[in-house]
Amino acid sequence: MKLHELTIHHAHELLRKKEITALELTQAVLARIEAVEAQVGAYISLFPEEALVQARAADKSLAMGTCGPLTGIPLAIKDLICTQGLRTTCASRILENFIPPYDATVMQKLKAGGAVIVGKANMDEFAMGSSTEHSAFKPTRNPWELASIPGGSSGGSAAAVAADMCLGSLGSDTGGSIRQPAAHCSVVGMKPTYGRVSRFGLVAFASSLDQIGPLAKDTTDCALLMNAVCGYDPNDSTSVPEPVPDFTTFLTPGLKGMKIGIPKEYLPAQGLDPDVDQAIRNAIRRMQDLGAECIEISLPHTRYAVAVYYVIAPCEASSNLARYDGVRYGFRDRQADDLIQMYRRTKSQGFGPEVQRRIIIGTYALSAGYYDAYYGKASQVRTLIMNDFKQAFERCDLLLSPVAPTPAFPIGEISDDPLTMYLSDIFTLSANLAGIPGLSIPCGFSRNGLPIGLQLMGRHFDEGTLLKAAYNFELATDFHKQKPRL
Amino acid sequence: MKIKKSEVEHVAHLARLDISEALLEKFALQVGKILEYIDTLNEVNTDGIAGTSHAIFLTNAFREDNIKEHMQRDLALANAPEKEAGAFVVPKVVG
Repeated sequence: MKLHELTIHHAHELLRKKEITALELTQAVLARIEAVEAQVGAYISLFPEEALVQARAADKSLAMGTCGPLTGIPLAIKDLICTQGLRTTCASRILENFIPPYDATVMQKLKAGGAVIVGKANMDEFAMGSSTEHSAFKPTRNPWELASIPGGSSGGSAAAVAADMCLGSLGSDTGGSIRQPAAHCSVVGMKPTYGRVSRFGLVAFASSLDQIGPLAKDTTDCALLMNAVCGYDPNDSTSVPEPVPDFTTFLTPGLKGMKIGIPKEYLPAQGLDPDVDQAIRNAIRRMQDLGAECIEISLPHTRYAVAVYYVIAPCEASSNLARYDGVRYGFRDRQADDLIQMYRRTKSQGFGPEVQRRIIIGTYALSAGYYDAYYGKASQVRTLIMNDFKQAFERCDLLLSPVAPTPAFPIGEISDDPLTMYLSDIFTLSANLAGIPGLSIPCGFSRNGLPIGLQLMGRHFDEGTLLKAAYNFELATDFHKQKPRL
Repeated sequence: MKIKKSEVEHVAHLARLDISEALLEKFALQVGKILEYIDTLNEVNTDGIAGTSHAIFLTNAFREDNIKEHMQRDLALANAPEKEAGAFVVPKVVG
């Protein structure tokens, strides 16, 4: 048995029965990282010494019987979640040497649960991208095909889970940044309902869309990580005081009575890769075999989602990123001799091209004379997109669709063509605009052996139904058990 | 062209960015293409539709104004590019 290949729930069972120790588990994961990191490039920072200290502490709790489901479990954290005393870069030169003076709420929760943090995962700079090519430090490679992107922006997290360089991971999703890399790397990824997980200590990109969520090897692990990170937090004024269920209670067999909506706009005649199309149609049949009823529904404003998103997200980003001014933390240009010049040179040397491009779009769209035409209009169409979902959920319990129109594309293919890159987010953006939860699970492989993901979207705070459907799909398939050859 | 190089330059100044000539040219082209695409929103009739800035219904998050522990000054200054006497140092602002 290879310890690094274990799921969280299986490892927990072995730890509890004292068949393995947390130290052995962490050592196995560190050895795996040592063996494949040069090929994959999933991590920006590794903390082997700290991880071993945490693993020894976990073994002590295990010996005393005071352990939880994450005690001694090695995890990777996307490098935009603040980890006290451990460098947090956002994959940006501007935060290259930033050591957070505090822990994000999710980190406090994971630490209290005894988890072991092995490292900080690579990503697109400030989570802006769909390929992890926009990291200021290095691209991450897809463990299934090293010449391809792992997806993004949580590409390092997804690749680390897929390549067994951790047992699970936290990412963040602003327009698909957990679900799309999960699909491209054949792992499970969930974007929870907006407000479900505290954003305190998450470096802000677009505050009305950002949400932290898990990437995991299977649905059970996803539910366990959700249990660990969800919940109201007074430090995040947009966090919602909604009771959090034990998500593992939804993992029961049988889909009888479940109604699944298939948005017809999400299975377009053109633009969808034939292998993706086939995998999704197979998945629909599988869900029907499992007892679910599938009905066609319509989300008529789908075709405007990309345009709405690429106004709202850059607008919010341009405001959020104004704080990187070289004064309180982060990079500063030391050659400038007045304040304005210092700001300008600091930002342009500190931010990469994609980040600057989005700041330009956002600043332009919010500037005098353009606000109503861009931000105002986009926020109105956002309302119509939300209404589409509201109407759909009157007829069904969840929605099923592809995650991305194609399998992972080759590194470098569209990295300098922003609009084409943006259009690849078409199926995932709407969930963020509407604040609803979305889940990506493995549902097949292309003829070239690249993973394909299935997206499930549900009502606000109804992650449980998504997990139930995913769990049943998993029981009937073995896509999630297949491993990349590295 | 949807946006001129000079407009990108103006917006860059508003955003406190210092973008090279070559990049300004490229950004004008790319941002222009993106803005043209965004114009498809004009096909949608939004008369009388209220805008959404937040997808979840929430009322204001008020709390009691109690004094709590806050971050110690040394810690708050720990990442400062330049500091002196317990304060952040910036280039001279007034002449």
